[in-house]
Amino acid sequence: MTRSTESEAGAVNAAPAKRRQAKKNKAQQRKAQLAAWGFIAPVVIYLAAAYAYPLYRNIDLSIHSYTVTSFVTGNAPFAGFAEYTGIFKNATFAAALLNTTIFVFVSIAFQFAIGLALAVFFAKRFRLNTLLRALFLVPWLLPLLVSASTWSWMLNSDSGIVNAFLKAVGAAPIDWLTSPTWSLIAVLIANIWIGIPFNLVIMYSGLQSIPDDIFEAASIDGAGGWQRFWRITFPLLRPVSAITLLLGFVYTLKVFDIIWIMTRGGPATSSTTLAIWSYQLSFGSFLPDFSSAAAVGNVLIVVAFVFALVYIRARHRLETT
Amino acid sequence: MTTNAKAPAKRTQKRRAWHLTALGVLFTALMLFPVYWMINVSLTQAGNMRKSPPNLIPIDGTLDGYTVVLRQQLPYLGTSLLIGIGTVALTLILAAPAGYSLAKLRPRGGGLLSFLLLIAQMIPAIVMAFGFYAIYIKLGLLGSVWGLILADSTIAVPFGVLIFTAFMTRIPDELLQAAKIDGAGPLRTFGSIVLPVSRNAIVTVSLFAFLWAWSDFLFANTLDSGGSMQPITLGIYAYIGNNNQQWNAIMATAVVASVPAAVLLVLAQKYVAAGVTAGAVKD
Repeated sequence: MTRSTESEAGAVNAAPAKRRQAKKNKAQQRKAQLAAWGFIAPVVIYLAAAYAYPLYRNIDLSIHSYTVTSFVTGNAPFAGFAEYTGIFKNATFAAALLNTTIFVFVSIAFQFAIGLALAVFFAKRFRLNTLLRALFLVPWLLPLLVSASTWSWMLNSDSGIVNAFLKAVGAAPIDWLTSPTWSLIAVLIANIWIGIPFNLVIMYSGLQSIPDDIFEAASIDGAGGWQRFWRITFPLLRPVSAITLLLGFVYTLKVFDIIWIMTRGGPATSSTTLAIWSYQLSFGSFLPDFSSAAAVGNVLIVVAFVFALVYIRARHRLETT
Repeated sequence: MTTNAKAPAKRTQKRRAWHLTALGVLFTALMLFPVYWMINVSLTQAGNMRKSPPNLIPIDGTLDGYTVVLRQQLPYLGTSLLIGIGTVALTLILAAPAGYSLAKLRPRGGGLLSFLLLIAQMIPAIVMAFGFYAIYIKLGLLGSVWGLILADSTIAVPFGVLIFTAFMTRIPDELLQAAKIDGAGPLRTFGSIVLPVSRNAIVTVSLFAFLWAWSDFLFANTLDSGGSMQPITLGIYAYIGNNNQQWNAIMATAVVASVPAAVLLVLAQKYVAAGVTAGAVKD
């Protein structure tokens, strides 16, 4: 009896203490949250001002019909989806979509295959390995404008080194940048060259993360080099490959500088991608049509987001496994 | 016994490694040929520019191209330097605290923020350029270096937060706990402990922010083409447009514009590789 009252009394005494403790915890938690938010607040404001607002302005552009003067006066008539139906009906749209698809898929296929092959090569031990791998990064670090102008001159019809080489081996010279059959191939060559280092570095680090004893076990089992690659290396690299390919898609969709410097999307529409077309419609034109250009840009965003979502899912799966 | 068996194997491996080195040098030479060609053309005399076949090495070369660069392009290089440093500063100020918070302080909505930053990296710069143009034309920021720095930072900030978060997650909690016991608030902990140990992440982020701002052409051409201070990419672009004959000057400018990339590669190669990988692979 006494004991129970004692314990009851204890409980009565403990309750406010616990409540006080809980209150203190809550206050501490709130303080911690405040600090946590204090640190991310600048980026949140920045995202709103430098990402969300420009994107909102871009959508706003695409559903009104803007000209240069309406930018200043501020009264552009509302157009709804007219700009969008307009660009879908435009003959350039089909060409740009096809060129974008070819540009993205062919770039990625070559960049990835060459990058992976080089990664497997550099995974072997030999002298100068580290130095040579560092030098391979150079094309990726150069300003795109520099690479693009260098390739322009190398592929020049009359004075380019590439045609001089073709002539030397007895082949006919090619109008790389000025013939509609070759212009897309010319910009593809330059873009593949730029993308190889990125693929090499990522696939190389993927290879490094495979434990050595797996290969040792395989070679004891008598697996040859080729077999070892297809049976062991390649399957183990699948998650890293998925990420590399998806990032490649997103990056290649955005490519603008290289094509603009080398061909400006021409001749005619032979190397016009969606990004280039969007620029041609706006800043690249004497009569800029910003609304159509913004509409093309938004189509590009939708395509990029589809790939982005696939990328994020793949990344998430990689993190959970 | 194992050592006996391994020794000859190692010797043959080393002998074979020499042909791998030769092969590696060949691959690298092929890959870097365009870079060599850029340097070669930059040293070629104007009269030899249209020679067929072109000179493979700069025999009777000239520094004419470079004197033109020194005479005409120095202001552009200065502007690029300013834009690069400005972008680095803005990126670090925004990204380092955010990375700390996401890594250690568990803010409510942090997951959503990380997701938005990942998405932000996917938006094509050309679309951002339209948005900025529409905003800047109203604010009178077209042609201003500060406007260009803000636009250029959009390439680097999401990447920076990503790198800082990944790096700061690995700081041991005991270290931060010790600071807390010593009575340091979150701000002091950040300034005197988190930042100093995050030196590598700071270098990686600064390096890429600088390189991207230095290389940017799209934002410069859309937002600053009428500006009084223009970056080096616009300097090269103006050359290509105006005097098609002066390829040694164009290539000399290109060589000079590539110098930061070369310097950074020599000084900070491990950070470069870390930055390329961090975006894609998690360890």
